[in-house]
Amino acid sequence: MAALYEGYTLCGLVPDQNLSSSGIQGIEEERDRDHVVVTDSTRSVTLYKVSDQKPLGSWTVKQGQKLTCPAVFNSQTNEYVAVTDNKVIRIWKEDDILLDKAFKATVSSDVWKVHCTHGGEPVVLFQRGAVRLLDSLLAAPQQPIEEVLAQEEAIRWSTIIVAETQQFIIITTEQKGEHFLYLQRLNPNSVQRYRLEREEPGLSPLSFSATYRDKHICLLYLYPNGHVYQSVLSVRGLGTEEGVQALPLPRSLLLGLPVGDGQLEAASAMALDEAHVAVVGVPHPSAGGGKDFLCIWNTNFQTLQAGKEMAGKIYGQLWSYSNKVFIPHGKTLSIIPFECPKSSLASALGKLKHTKTEGELNQTCYTLSTTNLTTDQVLELIKTAPVEEIQKEVEGFLTRAEFQDLQPSVGQLALTLVSRSLADPAFYSSSTLAQLVHTRCLCHSVCPDLVLLALEKKDYFLCQLCLQFFPDIPEAVTCACLKAFISPTSSVVNDRQTRAEDVKKKASAPSQLSCPVGLHKAVLINEILQTPYSDTFLLPHLKDLSSQHVMLFLQYLQFLYLKYSQDAFPQMEGFRSPSLSQIMDWVCLLLDAHFTVLVMTPEAKGLLLNLHRFVKSQVRLVSELGKIEGSLQELRKMKAKESIGQYSIEIIELF
Amino acid sequence: MGEFKVHRVRFFDYMPSAIRTMAFNSQTERLAVARADGAVEIFNFNDNFFQEKVIPGQDGRATEALCWVGHRLFSAGLNGEITEYDLENLRPQYTVDAYGGPIWTISSNSQGTQLAVGCEDGTVKIFAILEERIQFQRNLNRHKGRIISLCWHPSSAQIAAGMTDMIKIFDAETGHATRRLLVDRAMGASKNKEVVVWSVGYLSDHTIISGDSAGKVQIWNGLTGTLVRTYLVTKWDVLVLSVSKDESSVIAGTSEGTVIQFQFISSTVDQHDKEWVRTRTFRNHSHDVSALAHTDTAVVSGGMDTQLVVRPLLDKVEKNTQESALRKIAFPHRSLVGCAKKAGLLLFQFPDRLELWKLGESEGHVCLMYPYFVCRFLQGEDHICCSALSACGGWLAYSTVSSVRLYRIQYNNTISINKVGTLARACSRQPVHLLCASDDGKWLATANTDCEIHIYNLHKMKLHCMVPVYNSCPTTIAIHPVTNNLISVHADQQIFEFSLVQKEYTQWSRRLQAQGLLSLWLERDTPITHITFNPKNPDHIILHDTYMFCIIDQSLPFPELNAVLWNQMTLKSLPVSQRIGQSHAFKICKSFQHLMCVSLLEDLSLVVVERPLLDIMSQLPAPVRQKKFAT
Repeated sequence: MAALYEGYTLCGLVPDQNLSSSGIQGIEEERDRDHVVVTDSTRSVTLYKVSDQKPLGSWTVKQGQKLTCPAVFNSQTNEYVAVTDNKVIRIWKEDDILLDKAFKATVSSDVWKVHCTHGGEPVVLFQRGAVRLLDSLLAAPQQPIEEVLAQEEAIRWSTIIVAETQQFIIITTEQKGEHFLYLQRLNPNSVQRYRLEREEPGLSPLSFSATYRDKHICLLYLYPNGHVYQSVLSVRGLGTEEGVQALPLPRSLLLGLPVGDGQLEAASAMALDEAHVAVVGVPHPSAGGGKDFLCIWNTNFQTLQAGKEMAGKIYGQLWSYSNKVFIPHGKTLSIIPFECPKSSLASALGKLKHTKTEGELNQTCYTLSTTNLTTDQVLELIKTAPVEEIQKEVEGFLTRAEFQDLQPSVGQLALTLVSRSLADPAFYSSSTLAQLVHTRCLCHSVCPDLVLLALEKKDYFLCQLCLQFFPDIPEAVTCACLKAFISPTSSVVNDRQTRAEDVKKKASAPSQLSCPVGLHKAVLINEILQTPYSDTFLLPHLKDLSSQHVMLFLQYLQFLYLKYSQDAFPQMEGFRSPSLSQIMDWVCLLLDAHFTVLVMTPEAKGLLLNLHRFVKSQVRLVSELGKIEGSLQELRKMKAKESIGQYSIEIIELF
Repeated sequence: MGEFKVHRVRFFDYMPSAIRTMAFNSQTERLAVARADGAVEIFNFNDNFFQEKVIPGQDGRATEALCWVGHRLFSAGLNGEITEYDLENLRPQYTVDAYGGPIWTISSNSQGTQLAVGCEDGTVKIFAILEERIQFQRNLNRHKGRIISLCWHPSSAQIAAGMTDMIKIFDAETGHATRRLLVDRAMGASKNKEVVVWSVGYLSDHTIISGDSAGKVQIWNGLTGTLVRTYLVTKWDVLVLSVSKDESSVIAGTSEGTVIQFQFISSTVDQHDKEWVRTRTFRNHSHDVSALAHTDTAVVSGGMDTQLVVRPLLDKVEKNTQESALRKIAFPHRSLVGCAKKAGLLLFQFPDRLELWKLGESEGHVCLMYPYFVCRFLQGEDHICCSALSACGGWLAYSTVSSVRLYRIQYNNTISINKVGTLARACSRQPVHLLCASDDGKWLATANTDCEIHIYNLHKMKLHCMVPVYNSCPTTIAIHPVTNNLISVHADQQIFEFSLVQKEYTQWSRRLQAQGLLSLWLERDTPITHITFNPKNPDHIILHDTYMFCIIDQSLPFPELNAVLWNQMTLKSLPVSQRIGQSHAFKICKSFQHLMCVSLLEDLSLVVVERPLLDIMSQLPAPVRQKKFAT
């Protein structure tokens, strides 16, 4: 699970009067991961050592001059490059003290930015879209610069990306409310123009972020309505013809962030890796309307992984180098280390879900045919139509829709279905809900009432599905399910309500030992045993169980334990059965929660003695293993001796 | 020096025979060791434990006991015969049948006038030792049950005899049993199993010490016939005992491979009455210790695991010297491998057969042809003493104690046999143990265990000269093919070069003696057993012991006394230009271990025959079960 760690301050800020800008123009990585060059919005460039939070050098231009682009570090020559007053390129070294004495060259057109990748040559991007390598530009500074952009087209954002030794400049522009993207390849130069799909009128992207992975450039952009889109550009099939006409750029909705009331103003989204996005300036879903948060979202599961409130105003600026987020807020520039482990949320919770790779999005052309109902129409239908019709339409909708588009809509469908069922006790569509759960696009946080509704309706099959597929069921709900399953009143669980494969499994499992609960109950309880939980949260809820229930549950756990430890239980593939350690963990938890009660209960005495015996045997096993641990480690350390056969021919050298 | 292609041969499955018994002669400092195949080996403890004589065994001769009488060596075995060995011609001199069934033990009295043997039929037979032979004198009173062990009282008046369940003391004069000491059986389940007294010792104060199959070492008072003390030292058998000459220490060997020392000391510092106290335990064997000798300074032990171990007693020798080092003798001190340098053939000598192998061929590391077995020569009853193969591989000779055989080998599988005559009798008293001829066939050098080296001119068939006698026995000699110099290496690791033409030591040899060899070279504990020369470079002499081989470059300076002897790694790390300054005459390679032979073929590839000790160990029978950890 991704995490944000305790941050620290790199430097103070001098924001302008009305707090509209942070006062920082750019942050660039310097010679290594521990050095950054910070360019402020007016006159100075400062070199920081990040781990020491300490400036190593600072350069200022004369009063009256203005830095118009962030300084970059050319690691080939160990020089800094910056532009003052749009036209003067300045180059200096670390030991140069005065910028005025350093090299400068005036070019014939206004410069937008200088880009440089680590180990690459700096590239100069002009405001009119032309691109030059710095060296070739400096060879003839006054060379004419062509205009690439149309009239009234202006650059909004640009970056440089290295894809397999090839450098790409990505530029986004705006022209009369329309947004375009230029993918400019360097050496040989070629450019491709794309048109971004229109969002709601009047909305232009707030931030862009580009990453290169799997031979594709992924572009991530955030709109003020909280939508984060992703577009995937292939670097291979870049046409050689100049991109005169703009190709439509396919996009997919990656996240719909909660925006609260109003629209986002200063916000930014940045891809951290293929599954995680850092977002700043967007409200935390559970913290009201404040927007001063840095959050990490998992795009695969649409879940919030980590959040941190930043003191002071957020300017919507965000940089990230080597697992650290640089974020200006209030009057400080903070560095927040983060971690996005490769493992997905599901695996972290012990449930590895199958997720489709989201690589080939540029091939997705998603259009709803007019004859079919859109999401909104289905939603409307759900509010009124009878169960059968809803079932038919949802089924149709699910078969038509693409996986990527399902995530938001399935949630909405389920939410609407559940709210109607809650409002109208007569209405309940078990199969439709089961179908929605089966898509695996749902999770508990999207539709918090679903499990409890199923429990209330005694729809144990749906409960089972939810327990199986939801990675984020709260411990309270797990406990409620457990209570419902284990209480004798629910003994009416019948065949139809648990799945056939599990029935088969159970039939093969218990034989000579007598199982204290019925077959179908056992299947359901097994499901509970396998749900992820955190024991500190589970423990208070477990205390609510009555002592009879605890006894029964413990007996069942004991039965499972004996079953497994006696048979050297074959972990049959395809069957969902709890592991021995899961069983032991539950036994421990139950005993922790109810020990005093159980000690006082005469019926529990035998059970406790038995459990004591398990523990003793386990302790003995572990201690015996501990005794031979050293030997085993030595065994592993022992190198397999090079075996020399009966005869070999070797070469030796004597000196 | 350059690269060498090495044929690394490990298919010589030489298996030494288990040590059955041993006897130490403290006058001559010679140790006689009898092995299970009937061979007897003589080690000279004065000369770096060099194995100077080997009397080959014979099928069916199972030596159970050895006994020195002055310079004469007697053995007795389960074939019921007493044998005296001819230590000059290295063969049994005569055998006498004792007519008492298998003989378990033999012992001579302290004057060396009488031999007592213990027989299967329960008799102790006394033989008189005469000048040239032995003669039966009489039987002591016969008893039921075999006599397993015997020991004379130093006064020669009594004999203690170990039997099953008891020890009897006989009066040597009358032949009557005077005392009967009953030995307790083992406790517990083996209560019904009779206990065998494997070994007894009889001290001058009439103390009798016994070791038995119940694992006990017992101290008896021989005058009163009472048990003084019992030490239970093992769960298995105490197989052998040995008493030091001054009777202050006794060692016992057990089936577990341990040797346990008992000393006659006072148990507290200022007490005067001494008693036998168990003091030290040595564990140098994996299997039964069936032979023990207590020299003045060391415990010598041998057994099933075939190694002879000399363990100095640290209170008797100076610490941290070469003398105090443990010594294990695993391989014979002579070469059992013959190599035909031109034909690429190897001849392996086993006690009862010879095997001829053809080496493989290769291109660099890639083996083009694997070695293959050519033929096997099976010897009859008598075991093989020595063997040789000509350089062309066409001639093969070997000898037993009774005959010399010469084979002409033609590789279309027809073999013709020729017998050759003997050379003029050598004018030495001691047996020749080394023989070498020069490549041109003109010279023959012989070395004997009196440390003499004689040179014969084969063209004139007469003695040419004698090399000045050095006080250590030569372990190998060789005549240089180009310069006709004789190289000899001795048991104390000294190297000499003698010019046959000038009849004097060469300049190189004199310089080497003047400068002296490095102590690291002198402290090696296995002798050089083979010398060969580089046909392309006459300056190179290749010699090896068990743990290394060395190429001596006569053109290079000797190492300084403070120099590093094993300097190959240093040289390897140096750039080529600096190597010359650092290198010295001794190029030592330790990559190959447990060497039986190192030889240089005509095509300048080395042949290295290894016999890893682990392979030998793995072929031994399983040792007695010992409880280890949780087994």
